[in-house]
Amino acid sequence: MNRPADRERIGRRRLEEKIFKALMGLSVAAVIGCLALIVGTIVWKGLPALNLSMITRTPKGGYYLGREGGILNAIAGSLYLASGATVLAVFFSLPVVLYINVYARKKSRLASLTRFSFDVLWGIPSIVYGAFGFILMMMLGLRASLLAGIITVALLEFPIMSRAADEVVRLVPPELIEASHSLGATRLETALKVVVRQCLPGLLTAVLIAFGRGIGDAASVLFTAGFTDRLPGSLLQPAATLPLAIFFQLGTPYPEVQQRAYASAAVLTVLILVISLLARGLGKRYTRHVIK
Amino acid sequence: MAVLTGVPSFLVLLVFAGLFLKARPILAGKPFFSLLFSSTWAPSRGQFGLFPFIMGTLWVTLAALLLAVPVSLLSAIYLSEYAPHRFRELAKPAIDLLAGLPSVIYGVWGVLLVVPLVGRVIAPAFGVQSSGYTVLAGGIVLAIMIFPTIISVSLEVFSSIPYGMREASLSLGATKWETVKHVVLKKGAQGVMAAVVLGLSRALGETMAVLMVVGNIPHAPKSLFDGGYPLPALIANNYGEMMSVPLYDSALMLAAAVLLLVVLVFNVLARVILVRVERRSA
Repeated sequence: MNRPADRERIGRRRLEEKIFKALMGLSVAAVIGCLALIVGTIVWKGLPALNLSMITRTPKGGYYLGREGGILNAIAGSLYLASGATVLAVFFSLPVVLYINVYARKKSRLASLTRFSFDVLWGIPSIVYGAFGFILMMMLGLRASLLAGIITVALLEFPIMSRAADEVVRLVPPELIEASHSLGATRLETALKVVVRQCLPGLLTAVLIAFGRGIGDAASVLFTAGFTDRLPGSLLQPAATLPLAIFFQLGTPYPEVQQRAYASAAVLTVLILVISLLARGLGKRYTRHVIK
Repeated sequence: MAVLTGVPSFLVLLVFAGLFLKARPILAGKPFFSLLFSSTWAPSRGQFGLFPFIMGTLWVTLAALLLAVPVSLLSAIYLSEYAPHRFRELAKPAIDLLAGLPSVIYGVWGVLLVVPLVGRVIAPAFGVQSSGYTVLAGGIVLAIMIFPTIISVSLEVFSSIPYGMREASLSLGATKWETVKHVVLKKGAQGVMAAVVLGLSRALGETMAVLMVVGNIPHAPKSLFDGGYPLPALIANNYGEMMSVPLYDSALMLAAAVLLLVVLVFNVLARVILVRVERRSA
């Protein structure tokens, strides 16, 4: 081991180790740095342009030319739209997730096919959901409206929510389900009173993740939700959304309006940050009924 | 509940069927491949060649992959093999957050920082005049957007490799990096491929962020410093006019269907690999 050739070889191996370790360190720093840079740039550019009237008023005449007003229409529209879509998605997602975990047999074909389909649906780009939502809207005889937007965004959220929920429900120990059955509970009672309760924190997280995705998505609502300067009044009227408001404001040639796009982007970013923090926090908090 | 459980599988087919049904009018007039490979895009004259947009998509996606794959893989290896537990638990939420940022935010950031960077620093360094709204800018923004996908799928793959295998390699005197190279990467090769393919299909379909920085010029790009016009951007930009010109809507739905087809193929491929990887480790 003490021959010079050996020592040289070990030196080379150590050098390779060091080089790659440095490259890895740089890569991780780049990834985390990008996050910091993006959030930092948006907040730094957006905050100075932000004022109270921007988030408490709707656009007045000539808003997109730099006159006064705010983006309350878009904030409200996005909240309505994402809430509606999330509620709709829960009604489809929860039964499916419970079914494949409580009702279906172990190693059931249907369950694996469903999980596979969720994975595939998750991969479909939001612009394709937008185009499909548009076709659906035409078939149902709707116009671009809050309702059409809700349906489209619900489609988009469905696989996101289901995958996140399935990951949690899958971890319920089978003994717990068996114990419930052996006490005489039906499968429905087991699903709703035992499994849902046991997984409540995780399910809330899944719902919030989907909500966050719904509020930030622009490509899917481009075709279906329309855009308006007014607050959404009914399900059948068009609704503005925050991502599209940012996009349109940035697209104008006026620097004042572009400033507002940065401010709106800061609002959206903060909203997303709050939702992700809530998702993490709730996950920890509502563990009262969880049997460990 | 059993009926609802059929919804996800059915929905995949339904989306696909819906798009192709709407694309049929234009397919009735022209064969599929001549639409794909024709370069003339002039809706008012009834010419709907998708070739420039397909090339735009390919250029942007390839640029993104070239940038994202090394960085994401090295990060995933670091997080799974080297990082202390505490750091990993801090890094994961950050990566999730990166995945959760809306694409419009990436777009605004791209316009603020990446476009000027490309236009004023990178392009002049290569001796090229450029506005900055280029394939390269799209690629950079897109690369950052697919970091989380590649990293988190790779992390899952690496964690499915039994620890004993690493210990065996280490006990034979291999360094940590040699263990990564010869055990972790070799064992995880298929899974890593799947992670990259999933990142790739995310990149193919990304719309708003790319649309905002890529320039939207309907010609096939010839270099990284040319503007491009990817398929998703085409669909998003023209929804307003598509009902006013005959066959226009049909052409856009065809574009969406082609996009969906490609993404579906990649996704199914990646998922089949991942299911196999998972089964092996279980």
